[in-house]
Parts: sequence; C-alpha cells; structure tokens
Amino acid sequence: MAFLVALLLAVFLALIVHVVPGDPVTAILGERTTPELIRTVRDQMDLDKPVTTQVAGFVGHALRGDLGRDFISNEPVTSLIGNALPHTVVLAVSGLLLAIVIGVPLGVLAATRANGIVDRVTGIVSISLITMPAYVSGLYLLLLFSLTFKLFPAVGTGSFSDPLDYVRHLALPAVALSLGWIGYFARLVRASMLEVLNANYIRTAYAFGVRERVIFYKHALKNAIIPTVAVLGVGLGELMGGAVFVEAIFSRVGLGTLIVDSIELRNYTVLRGAVLTVALLFVLANLLADLSYRFLDPRIRVEEPAV
Amino acid sequence: MEATAVATKPVVRLVGRESLIVRLIRTPSGLFGLLVLVGLLVLVAFAPWIAPYDPAQQDIVNRLQGPSTSHLLGTDHIGRDLLSRLIFGVRIELRVAVPATLGALGLGLLLGLAAGYLGGWIDNAVIVVMDAIQAFPAVILALTILALLGPSLRNVAIVLAVAFAPGYARVARALVFTVKQNPHIEAERSLGASNRRIVLAHILPNILPPLLTLVAMNLPSAIGAEAGLSFLGLGVQPPTPSWGVILSEGFEYVRDAPWPVLWTGLTLVVTTLGFTFLGEALRDLLDPRLAGKLD
Repeated sequence: MAFLVALLLAVFLALIVHVVPGDPVTAILGERTTPELIRTVRDQMDLDKPVTTQVAGFVGHALRGDLGRDFISNEPVTSLIGNALPHTVVLAVSGLLLAIVIGVPLGVLAATRANGIVDRVTGIVSISLITMPAYVSGLYLLLLFSLTFKLFPAVGTGSFSDPLDYVRHLALPAVALSLGWIGYFARLVRASMLEVLNANYIRTAYAFGVRERVIFYKHALKNAIIPTVAVLGVGLGELMGGAVFVEAIFSRVGLGTLIVDSIELRNYTVLRGAVLTVALLFVLANLLADLSYRFLDPRIRVEEPAV
Repeated sequence: MEATAVATKPVVRLVGRESLIVRLIRTPSGLFGLLVLVGLLVLVAFAPWIAPYDPAQQDIVNRLQGPSTSHLLGTDHIGRDLLSRLIFGVRIELRVAVPATLGALGLGLLLGLAAGYLGGWIDNAVIVVMDAIQAFPAVILALTILALLGPSLRNVAIVLAVAFAPGYARVARALVFTVKQNPHIEAERSLGASNRRIVLAHILPNILPPLLTLVAMNLPSAIGAEAGLSFLGLGVQPPTPSWGVILSEGFEYVRDAPWPVLWTGLTLVVTTLGFTFLGEALRDLLDPRLAGKLD
C-alpha cells in the first residue's frame, strides 16, 4: 500500500510541469533565456518525448536515486537535497523528542489529578499550544529570546562540526516546532491514561500495595502510550511540514527552505525532488510507526486491518 | 419508517432556558468562543466604521511606530495603521476560510458518498487517492499546488479545499457505511426508491450534522493555513491586508519594530483558540458521542 502511494506521488510529480499553464521551460528560465539553454532544458526534462516516456523516465530515475540536475546551480538535485535533509531531520526529530519528553509526563500528571486544578490548567495550556501555529510560536520565540534577550542566535543553522553552536542554533526552532505537539501528546496521554487507570490490573496493583508512582509510570503508562506511538509517524511528517515555517523564520538550511526557494524561482526540478523526498519520508515514518505499534500491542496483529 | 432513523438527534432548541446559546454561554470555553465569533462578525460587518483609518492609507513619516493614542496598535513599515489593517483583514480571512471549508465539505461529501454508497472499485480508487493526498504533510501539499497555480487569494482557497477534503471524505464514507445498513434504507429500497432518492433524502441528512462540526473545527485551521502560506509569500499578495501578509511584512522589519508581528500573532492565536473552543463546546452539546474523537 505504502509503495503504491509512493508510486502515485512520483507520477503526479512527474506530471507537475504539464499542469503549469504555459510552456514550462519559459516558466523555469524566465527572461534570461537563450535558445541553447531552452534546448538543454527540454532535452534534460525529456519534454520532447511523449508524456508516458517522461513519467516513466522520472519514476525510473527516481527509483535509482537520480532526481535530475538543477539548471540554476547545475548541481544534481540529490546533492542539494542531501545537503538540506539532515538539518530538517535533526530539527523534526528533536522537536518530536521534546514533545514526548514534556508532553507525556504532562499528560500523566493531568490524568492522575483528573478534574483537579492542575488538570484544568494543563488542559487549557494544551489546547492553546495545539491551536498556536508553529510560525507564531517561532516568531514569538525569536522576538523574545533572540531579539529582546540576546540568548540565542536569530539566524543560521551552524554546522555539525561545532556541536555546541549547532545546538544553540537548533534550540529555538526545535522548541517552536514542539509546542503544538506537547499539547497534543499531553491530551492524548491523559485520555488513554484515564482509560487504562480503570482497568482491573491497575486495581490489582493497588490492592497489592504497589506504590502509586510505580503504578502510574510503570504499569499504566506502558499501555496508555500506545495511541501516542500510533501518531508518531503522522507527527514526524507534520513536523517536517511545520519545519518549512520555522526554517524560514530562523533562516535555517533545510528541505523547507529548499522547497520555498525553488517555488519562488519556479525551479520545478528541485521542487519535485524535494517534495518527493518529504513525501517518501512521511510514508516511511508512517510505516515504521505502524510496525512498532503492532509490535507494542500484539492484540492488533490478530485483528483485521481497519479499512 | 422515519422513527427508526439512526442518529437519535439531540433536541436543539434555539430559545429559552435550555436553548443552544444559553447552554454554550454556561461553559467558559463556549462563552469565550462565542464572544470571539460575535466580535469577528461585527468587525466583518462594520469594518469601515470601526477601523480608525483607511487600511491602505500611508503615512511614511510615522512608520514603524509603537502603540500610541493616535495609532492604538502602532504603524507598519509604510506608516499604515495596524489596527485598521487587522480589522479589514478579518474580511480577507473569511473570504479564504469560508470557501475553503465549504469546498472541502462539498468535495469530501461527494467522494465519501461515492465511496461509501457505491463501494467496490470506486471505493478502492477513492481510498488510494485520499491516501496519496494525505501522504503529503498538509503544508507541503498546499505549497506544491500553490507553486503550480501561482499565489493568489482564490488559489489559496482552492488549495486548502483540496487539502482538507480527504478528512471530510473519510468521515463521510465511514458514516455512509453505518447509515447504509439501517433497516429504513432497505425498506426504502424495497419500496422502489431510486439511488438518488436514498442518498439525498435518507443518507445525506443523517451524515451531515457530524460533518458540520468538522466545518467549525476546520475554519480556524483554514485561517491559520492562509496566514502561514501568505507569510511565506506564496498566498495572498500585498497590499491586500490578510493577516498572513501583515505578518510577512512585519517580519521583514522585525528588528526595527516588533509590533506588527506581535499583534498579528496575538490576533491569530485568539481567533483560532476562540473557534476551537466554540467547535469543541458545540460538538459536546450536539453530538456527545464524538467527544474527544476529532481532536
């Protein structure tokens, strides 16, 4: 299924140039074109061949890891993506980790004090965080921590060779990305914790005099965490989407910036390569989450997959 | 036959002590949401009378000012009054969000009905297309389609309709499956009713209410998405005072004056929060079975 979806995506992306009104080549090259350049581009994009050949060509090349060559920088699209991708993945993964590390305990806390003051406050905070768009939290963090109190750098990515500096550059963007998911995880974990805490085995644990902390974090959370794992895949994908804004705000190198820039330059070769990469990662993340979900909850294996 | 209709509809009264509005106001979040909604509607209707300035009127001498008595929220980079721009912006937001959500509802309903009612290969085809659309993170999907169509207000609405449609299609399809198996549909069919009549007169009315709750929840997402896309410069174009445009222009001068970014962000947060609270409160009142399921 995942494979079919990926294939469909690739075909759609191969057709992108034909959906654009007007001649794609002039759209890409704009005013500064020469007949010679036009010929190179037409040739490279197989535009003079039948559409089916073009689609087959793009999909075939993509399967072999070749996404074509960027006409503006004359670099292979794969190497452009290769430069950008690690930064976006690090950003999305650290955002997700932050969300788990903060959101899950928050949810447990709320569930164990259900309907108390702590629960209500976390409830309101969670909804506020969920509804707050990533770019608003990003901009506010930038205003507060980079421009007002100059604690963190406002622009740039840093480099992997200087880990400390890289983390300083990463801190605000990662927090901006994670806020919404902190709220989401908190609510999700709260709901499933409440369900689990009613189970018989929890009552048994109480009867045996197991300490409450051990019950909550060891016995109950183990089952309550399963729905959270199920959304991790979607979470990672959405975080990569949110990364577009955060990368723009903090001028980070990344897939998001690559996509936005290539749209502005009408650089369709780079655009479709980058979008295909994001989509493939999204499909992959969902697949992994699905598999780990089945691993964590063996009951699911027996059931028919929900249509 | 109607007596066996599936969804035992909750009684909705519009006046009196137990009316919907009164029950909404009784919950703090419902009250807040309702206030935001009424406030926005007032702004939409009376923008020219409420806004202290013309949103396009420039005053280059007084550019990038902080809040003052003459400009309550300050001015932007060419001296336009921020408050007036934000007030007129509400109209732009609705011009994007309402067609986008209704378009998504229509498209999703069509696909969901076709898949759920007809089943078979049509169902499979719809599922695959929906999966493919949802295989993109929503933002990336919107960006890609916008790249093809070009940035404009109308195109943002179209893109958002496409991006939101799978959500409606899935819910509609699932609801159709449940409703289809009810005895009153079978009875209707044995009486010789056409497919058209069954779908329009029996299935549609039963699946519409839960979908309308989804509409209420989608409106803030559409506003947030418009602002985000326009913030990247790929949505509504300046000088139209959409909130995303104000945010984007403010961001360029954020080092000189934080006010445009600060106020627009706050407006967005209050608006989306208000709609979300309202949507949740409505859902809990209208359809308690769905509580907690659509988050």
